[in-house]
Amino acid sequence: MATLEIKDLHVSVNTDEGSKEILKGVDLTINAGETHAIMGPNGSGKSTLSYAIAGHPKYEITSGSVLLDGENVLDMTVDERARAGLFLAMQYPVEVPGVSMSNFLRTAATAVRGEAPKLRHWVKEVKEAMSDLDIDPAFAERSVNEGFSGGEKKRHEILQLGLLKPKIAILDETDSGLDVDALRVVSEGVNRFKQSGDVGVMLITHYTRILKYISPDFVHVFATGRIVESGGPELADQLEAEGYVKYIGKQEAASIG
Amino acid sequence: MAVTTEQQQHGLTAHSHGRAEKTGSAPISSRADHFTSFDVNAFEVPGGREEIWRFTPMKRLANLHNGAEATGKAAVDVKAPEGVVVETVGRDDARLGVAGTPGDRVAAQAWSAFTEATVVTLPGDAKSEPTTITVTGAGEGQVAYGHLHVHAKQFAEAVVVIDHRGSGAYADNVEFVVGDGAHLTVVAIQDWADDAVHVSSHHAKLGRDATFRHTVITLGGNVVRLTPVVTYSGRGGDAELLGLYFADAGQHLEHRTFIDHAESNCRSNVVYKGALQGEDAHTVWIGDVLIRAAAQGTETFELNRNLVLTDGARADSVPNLEIETGEIEGAGHASATGRFDDEQLFYLQARGIPEDQARRLVVRGFFHEILLKIAVPEVRERLEAAIEAELEAVGV
Ligand SMILES: Nc1ncnc2c1ncn2[C@@H]1O[C@H](COP(=O)(O)OP(=O)(O)O)[C@@H](O)[C@H]1O
Ligand SMILES: [Mg+2]
Repeated sequence: MATLEIKDLHVSVNTDEGSKEILKGVDLTINAGETHAIMGPNGSGKSTLSYAIAGHPKYEITSGSVLLDGENVLDMTVDERARAGLFLAMQYPVEVPGVSMSNFLRTAATAVRGEAPKLRHWVKEVKEAMSDLDIDPAFAERSVNEGFSGGEKKRHEILQLGLLKPKIAILDETDSGLDVDALRVVSEGVNRFKQSGDVGVMLITHYTRILKYISPDFVHVFATGRIVESGGPELADQLEAEGYVKYIGKQEAASIG
Repeated sequence: MAVTTEQQQHGLTAHSHGRAEKTGSAPISSRADHFTSFDVNAFEVPGGREEIWRFTPMKRLANLHNGAEATGKAAVDVKAPEGVVVETVGRDDARLGVAGTPGDRVAAQAWSAFTEATVVTLPGDAKSEPTTITVTGAGEGQVAYGHLHVHAKQFAEAVVVIDHRGSGAYADNVEFVVGDGAHLTVVAIQDWADDAVHVSSHHAKLGRDATFRHTVITLGGNVVRLTPVVTYSGRGGDAELLGLYFADAGQHLEHRTFIDHAESNCRSNVVYKGALQGEDAHTVWIGDVLIRAAAQGTETFELNRNLVLTDGARADSVPNLEIETGEIEGAGHASATGRFDDEQLFYLQARGIPEDQARRLVVRGFFHEILLKIAVPEVRERLEAAIEAELEAVGV
């Protein structure tokens, strides 16, 4: 059973004006089988948390620890973390010109699985996974994320999630910028992943609407670089009604419209 | 994003990028006034400050610019299919020199100094299998001059691969006469040994409705300076000039394309991409396009991108578009030089792909659009392997 333990995590980002502390002591444990919603206003440090766990070079861990099944994740390179079973669906997926989606997916699957998937099975697997997410097969020959719309990028993040089958998935605002249909398709993809095995999910979001499709076991309010309140799904209902005013001293809605 | 992009439409300015962010200067005079002559003595010996020589390391040119005598001969080996005529001719052959006139002293020197030329004639109204011309340098410390003339007759459809390898200093002129309605594809590979110095001018003259696909691949050599010039002698000509270069420590690889639009309704598209790695790796791309007053309905675009993989390397890039008529279809240029994009690397690694493999994917992706267009599969495979080897060499 996989467990991701984040203990007293402090993270700074290197800016032109020097180093700036963004995460100020994050504590969170995610066990396999659990979905944790992290909800917070813009700029509270949610993406910083996800990047720091994934190992983005711009973020410096100043103290604290991140353990995956007791192993120190912070000692691993970015690719080692992914191969150890961490996956980050990015808020802003990166374009890689000239590298086809199919080549990329196969290279990634080969790296994560430790051997090249059998070609015939692989082709079928990718085809089905794309069709489940309503992705046109023509995307396989396009460059990774290049010229994709926001929604197409997010579908492809979830496509990768399904193919790479991590132990712990961090989904950073996968819902943002999606219309209702896309939100449903993407949420179904996440739910299929949840049902596929003993996996944990950290679902980062600003808005409550995705929680109607993906039900969280725990909800955490994230503000000014740390978790300021934790509870069950009822906490999301409270945010839906009241917004983030209680946590940041100014109004910022968690519901749309 | 580490890549900076500059794009200008109908711009008349020049720019330059690199480690030391050199500012490009506007051309001193119009490209239309560029001096050409078959007489080497009509050119002054360049010192290196001249506009067309200012990026070139003159000291490393083995005196090709200063009257170096030929001490040897480059071996020219032509493998041609049925129907293609290959001849070795003397200086007095009337066909030589029709595609263009030397535009710098080294080209004029090569013209004055070659003793025999190779003429390859591609049959008209026919599709030919690829012809491969292998040019092997005269050897380390040797100086050689050469001349190659390729004629694709009316409605010919042909592919010519010119493969340069070996050692020594070599200056030459290469002519491409593309007949009316002909379709000529050229791949020129510069895969020289580490000591080699190669200064070469390509002169392409396109007939009415002719199509010319010219791909330059420059990987090896101490100094390579290649000047492809395209002129049109009728309407409807279409030229595509592609370039791929990969400079390692100490290498100077310079490409100077010039498209001279003097006829109406012609097209040109220039795409050059380079990667650089290692101390004092230096690449230069000068992209001149001139649209003369008569060249109405011209459509042209040129692009240069450079990927700087390590510190200490430097890429200069100077697009220059001159337009003398308002009646054009479209004209533009883009030039960008950037460092390796760490965000791309992070993204690939975050999917479990090890760093070295991720880097190779990105560099291969960068060259992809050029490699994709190389019509000869064996050549494409060889180049892919050569690029892998380049990346392997520095452990990228
Ligand atoms: N690479 C960076 N450079 C400079 N500032 C950053 C960088 N990344 C994040 N920040 C700053 O850190 C804070 C938190 O950002 P982020 O983690 O993106 O928040 P969220 O995802 O909750 O909107 C913001 O003030 C943001 O401006
Ligand atoms: Mg964010």
